[in-house]
Order: sequence, then C-alpha cells, then structure tokens
Amino acid sequence: MSPPLGRVGLHSLPFWQMLQQPTQSNVINGVIASGAAGIMIVGAIVTVVLITRYRKWGVLWTQWLTSTDHKRIGIMYVVLAFVMLARALIEAGLMRAQQAFGLHGGFLAPHHFAELFSTHGTIMIFFMAMPFLTGLINFVMPMQIGARDVTFPRLNSISLGLTTAGAALVMISLALGKFSTGGWFGYPPYTETRFTPGVGPDYWIWALELTGLGSTFTGINFVATIWKERAPGMTLLRMPLFTWTALCTSLLMMFAMPPLTVALSQLALDRYLGFHYFTNALGGNMMHFVNLFWMFGHPEVYILILPSFGIYSEVISTFSGKMLYGYRSLVSATVAIAILSFTVWLHHFFTMGQSASINAVFGIATMMIGIPTGVKVYDWIWTMFRGRIRFTVPMVYAIGFIFLFVLGGMSGILLADPGIDYQVHNTVFLVAHFHNVAVPGVLFGLIAGYHFWFPKAFGFRLHERWGMLSAACWIVGFMLAFFPLYPLGLMGLPRRAVSYAQPSYVPLERVAFVGAILVLAALAALVVQLWVSIKHRQENRVFVGDPWDGRSLEWSVSAPPPEYNFALTPVVEDRDAFTLAKERGEAYRLAAAYADIELPKNSALGPVFGAVGLALAFGLVWHIWWLVILSTLTVLMTLIASGFSRDTTRVVHAEEVRRDEERWIGAARASTAISRADECDSCNVGLAVQEQEGAAA
Amino acid sequence: MSGEIIKHPGLNLGAAHGPDHDAAEPMIFGFWLFLMSDAILFGMVFATYVSSLSATAGGPGPRALYDIRSVFIETLFLLASSFTFGMASLALKYRHGAPRLIAWLAVTLLLGTGFLGLESHDFITMFANGGAPGRSGFLSAFFDLVPLHGLHVMGGCIWLISLVGQIARYGIDRQVKLGIMRLALFWHFLDIVWIAIFSVVYLGGLT
Amino acid sequence: MMSASEEERKDFHSYLWGIALALPLTLVPFAVVHWGGGSRLTLLLVIGAFALVQMIIHFRFFLHISFSDRREDLQLILFSTLVLIIMIGGTVWIMGSLMLRMAMPASP
Repeated sequence: MSPPLGRVGLHSLPFWQMLQQPTQSNVINGVIASGAAGIMIVGAIVTVVLITRYRKWGVLWTQWLTSTDHKRIGIMYVVLAFVMLARALIEAGLMRAQQAFGLHGGFLAPHHFAELFSTHGTIMIFFMAMPFLTGLINFVMPMQIGARDVTFPRLNSISLGLTTAGAALVMISLALGKFSTGGWFGYPPYTETRFTPGVGPDYWIWALELTGLGSTFTGINFVATIWKERAPGMTLLRMPLFTWTALCTSLLMMFAMPPLTVALSQLALDRYLGFHYFTNALGGNMMHFVNLFWMFGHPEVYILILPSFGIYSEVISTFSGKMLYGYRSLVSATVAIAILSFTVWLHHFFTMGQSASINAVFGIATMMIGIPTGVKVYDWIWTMFRGRIRFTVPMVYAIGFIFLFVLGGMSGILLADPGIDYQVHNTVFLVAHFHNVAVPGVLFGLIAGYHFWFPKAFGFRLHERWGMLSAACWIVGFMLAFFPLYPLGLMGLPRRAVSYAQPSYVPLERVAFVGAILVLAALAALVVQLWVSIKHRQENRVFVGDPWDGRSLEWSVSAPPPEYNFALTPVVEDRDAFTLAKERGEAYRLAAAYADIELPKNSALGPVFGAVGLALAFGLVWHIWWLVILSTLTVLMTLIASGFSRDTTRVVHAEEVRRDEERWIGAARASTAISRADECDSCNVGLAVQEQEGAAA
Repeated sequence: MSGEIIKHPGLNLGAAHGPDHDAAEPMIFGFWLFLMSDAILFGMVFATYVSSLSATAGGPGPRALYDIRSVFIETLFLLASSFTFGMASLALKYRHGAPRLIAWLAVTLLLGTGFLGLESHDFITMFANGGAPGRSGFLSAFFDLVPLHGLHVMGGCIWLISLVGQIARYGIDRQVKLGIMRLALFWHFLDIVWIAIFSVVYLGGLT
Repeated sequence: MMSASEEERKDFHSYLWGIALALPLTLVPFAVVHWGGGSRLTLLLVIGAFALVQMIIHFRFFLHISFSDRREDLQLILFSTLVLIIMIGGTVWIMGSLMLRMAMPASP
C-alpha cells in the first residue's frame, strides 16, 4: 500500500536541509530557497485575501475564469506572463550575482544554481514568452480579421487552463521538492532515474506536457480561425502582417509541439515504467531525445519570434504614419522563415558526432534563414524612410530591436558554421547569442505590443514617461548584461558554470551584473507605470478607440471593445482596412439596422481541466497514485460529459447592440479629433484627425 | 459529387441539411488540423521505431515475437470497420433514421473492440516470450508505436459509445451530426495509420 | 443536380470501391511476406508501394479528398507530408550517421 502522499515528506520542504545540516552553504541556499517559497505563498495568500475582502470571487469566476471571450482569455494569458517574467528575472539576477562574485565559489551551491538556470529558461520560454504571445494574438487577431471570436472558444479557455496548470506546477516546486537541474532542455541520461531519481525532472516533464498540449490546441484554434472566420473581402493578401505572423506561428505550434510531446512521453516512460528509449543500457540512445527535442526546439524559437516580427510591422507602420513597405515580400519572408524553420534543427547539436556532411547541410540551411529575416529588416527600414516618425514607447522598442537584433542574428550566422560552433558551443557566447535575439527580438516586441494594445484592451493609455524609462533601462540593461558574454565565451567560460577560476573573467562578469540590475529596474519601472496609469486612468481615457491613428480593424471599435467586437461584420476592400475607411469618411457611422448577435456562453471546462490537469501532474510527480487515477477518470468523465452539453450560446439583442453603438458613436461625434502631436496628451480620447488629400499640414 | 458543394474533408452533409452543413465547415476543418498534428505525433514515434530496429540488446527481435496471422485478422477487422463506418456516415447523411445509424455504429464498435482484443492478446503473448518493453530499446520503441495506435482506437470506441448515448438523449441533432462526422475522420485516419504500422512494423520486420 | 437517391448511390459506390481496392492491396503484401520469394529489398519496396497506394485509396474513397473543390484539405495533407518527410527522413539520416560513427560496444 503506497503512502497517501506518495513520496512527499518533510525533506521536500526548502528549509529542511538547512535545519538538518546547518553548514554555511546550506544556510545561505536554504534562506534563499525558503525566501522564494515564502514570497510565492505570501503572494498567493494576499491575492486570495484581497479578492475575498473586495468580494470579487463571483466576478472572477463569471467574468474571467469561465469566459470564452478571446479578449478576456488574451488578457489573462498576458497577466500570467508578467507574473512569471518577474520570477524568471529575479532568478536571472541571482545567477548574475553569483557569477559576478563567482571567482572561486560564490554564494550559491551548484545544485541550487542548476535549478535556477533550469527554471529561468523553462519559465522564460514556456511560461512567459509563449503565454505572452498567445495572449496578444488571442486579443488582437480575431479583431484584425473582422471576426467575433475564435473558432473554438471553449478550447481556447482549456488551453489557458492547461498552461496555467503547468505554471502552477513550476511555482509549487518552489515550496515542495526541487526542480530539475537538467536545464530547460533536460537531456537524458542525466534526467533518467539512474542519475536523477528525485522529483525534479518529473516536475519539468509534466509542466511542459501540460503547456505543450495547451499550445497544440491553441495552434489548431488559431489556424482554423484565420482560415475560416475572416470577414467578407478579407483575402489572405489583405490580412494585416500581425495576422500573417499569427498564422505562421500557429502552424508551427501545430506541427512542432508533437515531437516535444513524444520526447517527454518517452522520457516519462523511461522514468516511470523502466523503458529504454534514452538510457545508457539495453539499447537506449540519448541522441533520440536530442534529435526529437530540437526538432521541436528550433521551430519553437520561431514561434517565439514571429509574433514579435508581426508586432514590429504594425508598430513601425503606425508610428511612421505610412503603409508598410513591401507587404508581399514581408508575407513571403514570413512564410519562408516558417517553412525553413523545420529544416535546421541539427544546428543545436553540431558537436554530437554526426558526419561533417550532415553538419554542412544543416549549417547552410541555417544560414539561409538569415535571408528572409534580412528582407524583413530592410522592409521595416524602408517603411520608416520618409515617414513621419513618432518616438512613442513602442517605436523606441522597435528601433532598439532593429539595431540589437541584427547583431544577434549575425552571431547566429557565425554559429551556423559548424567549424566555428565547435569552438564556442556551450560557452556563454551561445548564451549571448540567444539572449541577443530573444530579448531585443521576442521580449521587446511583446512589451511594445503590450504598450500598443493596452489602450484598446482597457480603455486608457499607459503613462508615457515611465514607459520610456523602462524602455531605456531594458535597452541599456540588456546591452550591459549580455554583450560582455560574447568575449567571455571566446575566452572560454562555459555556460551554466556556477563558478570559475579565471580572474580575467571578473570585470566582464561585474559589468553583466550591473546590466542585470538595470533590467530589474526596468521591470520595476513597468510595475510603477501600470500603477500610475491606473491611478490616472480617467485623464487618459481613449474610449473612441483609435489613440494611435491605427490602420487595421481592431482600431475601428471602441476601447474597450464591445463583447461582440463588431456591431456589424465589416466588409473589407483592401489592406489597412481602417485607414481606408477613415480616408473615405466611412468610419463612426450608425447603421440603418442591427441584428441579434450570437455569442458563446461561459464554460467551466477551462478552469476544470486546468485544476484536474494540475492534480494529475502533481500526483504523477510525487507518485500519489490514487490522485493520478482519480484525476484521469475525472478528465475522461468531463470529456464525455462535455459531449452532452447543449445550449452553449446566448444572444445579444439588436436593441442592445444599437444602444452600445449609439453611445460610442455619440462619444466620437462629441470628441475633438487630435493630430499626432497631441497623441500622448490627455486630450487624446481616441479620435484621429483625418488628413485630407492635398490639405496643408 | 456533382451538384454538391464540398465544404470540408470527409463525407459532407450536403445542402439538404441546411445550416448544419454550413456549421460543419469550420468545425471539421479544425478537426482536420488536429489530425495533421496527430499524424506528426505518430510520425515521430515511427521515426523512433525505425531507428531502434537494431537496438535489441541481445533480446528477442521481430521474428521471435510478431504473429503475422493475428496481425492479418486485425487488419481485416479494421478495414471492415472503416467500411461499416462509411455506411453509418451514409445513414446519417441520407437520413435513414437513428436505428440504422446506431446499428452500423454498433457493428463498427464490435469490429473495433475485436481488433483491440486481438491486439491485447498479441501483447500478452509477446510478454510471455520475453518481449516486454523494458527489455530493450527496440521493444520500448515497439511498445510506444503500436499501443499508441491502440489507445487511439480505444478512444474512438469510447467516443462512439458516447455518441450513441447522445443520440439516445437528444436524437440526431447538430452536435451529434458534427460528432459523428469528426469521429468518421478519426476512424479512417486510424486505419491509414494502421496501414503504415502493419507495413513498416510487422511486414517490414518479418521480411 | 442529382436526386438524393442518385447521390446516395454515388457515395455508396465510393465506399465500395474503397474497400474493393483496399482488400487486394492488403492481401498481396501479406501473401508476399508469408510465402517469401525475392530479395529483402524487393519485398520492402513492394510492401512500401502497396501501403502508399492503399493510403491514397483511403484518402480518396473514404475521406473524399480529391482535386476538385476545396483544395485546402489536400494542401494540408501535402504540407504535413512534407513536414513528415523532413522530420522522419532527417531523423533516419542523423541517427544512421551517429550509429555509424558513434556506436559503442554492446553492453548488457
């Protein structure tokens, strides 16, 4: 009879080892670990207390957790991303501090440091960037194509539940047991039972399985939506660039997640049932895992970057006041990048023993991806050329991106050469490269998107000055934190090194540490910005909905948008559909008649599958078999029961639609249109002045 | 199919089913996308199998373990079940009534469970002959691929029973129609995967 | 515009053709393997060819994928096939090279 709590015990607590063996190292590490667990638990308690005190449980359940509205689901994804960003950045700060003082030891124990780099990478990729981009696409894309929601609204909610469950599992690992020390890609045989029998790799496996499943469903959902729910007249070549990148990202999600699912499942079978996929003995082969993982891993990094490319396209064209240059070439480049991303995965393991010919083929394929990426950069630059550029926060991030990302891309081209890669593989040169493309590429884009669409989502603008401060800290902080890693890597510092013995590394490590502090300051500035913006929200309301003189359809509705997005489905005649409407004087018109609108009802499936998924995963990690069986049965019963659900839609009546429209258009008519000079002023209520052809500026 | 507007893969309901035919388009397309994703999943497990053929680690290989007779019968069962599901699809489309639809679904279920029973018996026999998954990398790979397909078939059978339950409760309404059409795609897809399995794993292993 | 019963005959014939063609495509490879004959490579090619044709039969007659009307389902299958070929082909190529160059002596 197995114990009711599986292998959970007192030794699973973060302060246990410190109490049992109070050496200096154990105490320092124990305090840090317990502190982190403490912050999480206190944060959770405070959240629960606040919600209870302000009696918001009902609102939370009916308006958010069970919502099938893509806008709400998108916002929840972004909230999750920001919470996880905070944790992963603090972990980064800890690692940088350790390395700044790491000559001959430092303060972090090797095991603790290994957990930190594993959680940092896992969280940043799976629980920060993926939710962030999924959230932005969720919020924006259906409106950009003139649709009311995604094709599978309940599935959308389930995906959110699964990803949140995965994140919760990673958070629980702060307080109970230890996370994997195998890095964010967990290579066997190290992560096999023989070498790491504890709960760490299991935490990692199940957290990723949960969110991987969620992302697969999201990919399917988004492709179906973009393919089938576009408004009349919106052909593929009239879609905004952000929707194009969302389409390619979603196709990549659909096709790239399965190899990860296979790799993780096989590792789980090895660990739980004694199979031999990746073991050292009895016919296992660790290279199977490496191959499978990177077959997922490479398209994954394009999943991460493509939405940001789309955001930059929107931001650069909007804040240059110009149509995107080279639309077709941008589309072709995006599609080319998506397809090519399936052909390069071996460059992540050039050094693992296959022939030079294979290395050469994959190396050449890798370099080829630089070409469409370069096309995009030129298109963006040509968009800005002769435009009337406004240096708003999103635009500052975009310009920073163009300078910094190109450097990161170039270091990638260097690494694509197997001969060079053999010298710098697994040094911090590699760490510098992927942060150089991930931070200015992925993260800046997502933050720019957050600033760009925040007014649309919440109806008021973010504070501009704090945003600028944050952007400046991000840009300078990033450069200080990561540029030193290039020479450090060339000097021979391996990645994931808890300490080193070369005094010549120290100055560069100290500079990198200063950069990390600046990045943490940037995060703090973002938090302050949000606080200040909420405090001053009345002055910065943009209810009419078009604060930036936007070009695509999401700007043609109020801010926040009505639940049903569009009172009448728009008919599209060209790209930049809203700009066209404004130029023709067709915006902000009351229609002759409105119709009833059918919307999906709320559904508890999302939170239910999330909660049960978490219980199942927790049971698997800690070997609590009754919980595993119970959860599995619950999943099955819920699936079958969901097939019996009928009555899943409700109607918004035409009179209500008319009232909403009259209120909004009335506000538009009563507002003063502003020119771009007053864009960041409180007189901007979201109505853009229309520049007539031939008029003086 | 002249005169009929094809909106999605698989048998289309046709204009006679009015709004149900229109509603099917995005739903079935979404399910088709899911099947493509599932195909990649199977593909990767296939790739693992093919690259593990030599990893027998001194243990039994295909010749010692595969039973061609049993596999042949399983293949016929599954192929027949594809045909019977086709008949069920026709009963749905041409409105031959719930009893006939359920009858064809029941035959399909019988053939599907027959397939699963035979396959389970095969696995037990393999274990008895030293062919357990923990014996070698090759056997681990086999036991990822073939039971993965079997689990999918089992899922299809449970789904089928659930749909019959829905017919009993609601009659043949839109949700039931869409469910049967998606299960049809799923069922045919699983037979296609089985073609790959019996060809690559069993026949390939026994040459 | 056909009548309902004519359409039903046509649809029924689709399934009939499907199984009528799939049966021999199944029987022949089994027979060939069971009763031997020919080199291993020939056998494998025969099995592979028959499998491929039978899959196409299933797609055409059971799943009604054809070149007419909606091309997107066919385009999806073709794109998925391309991705599969790259992934499976790449895996076999890479693992093959590794096995050649990195084979360890057999250990229990």
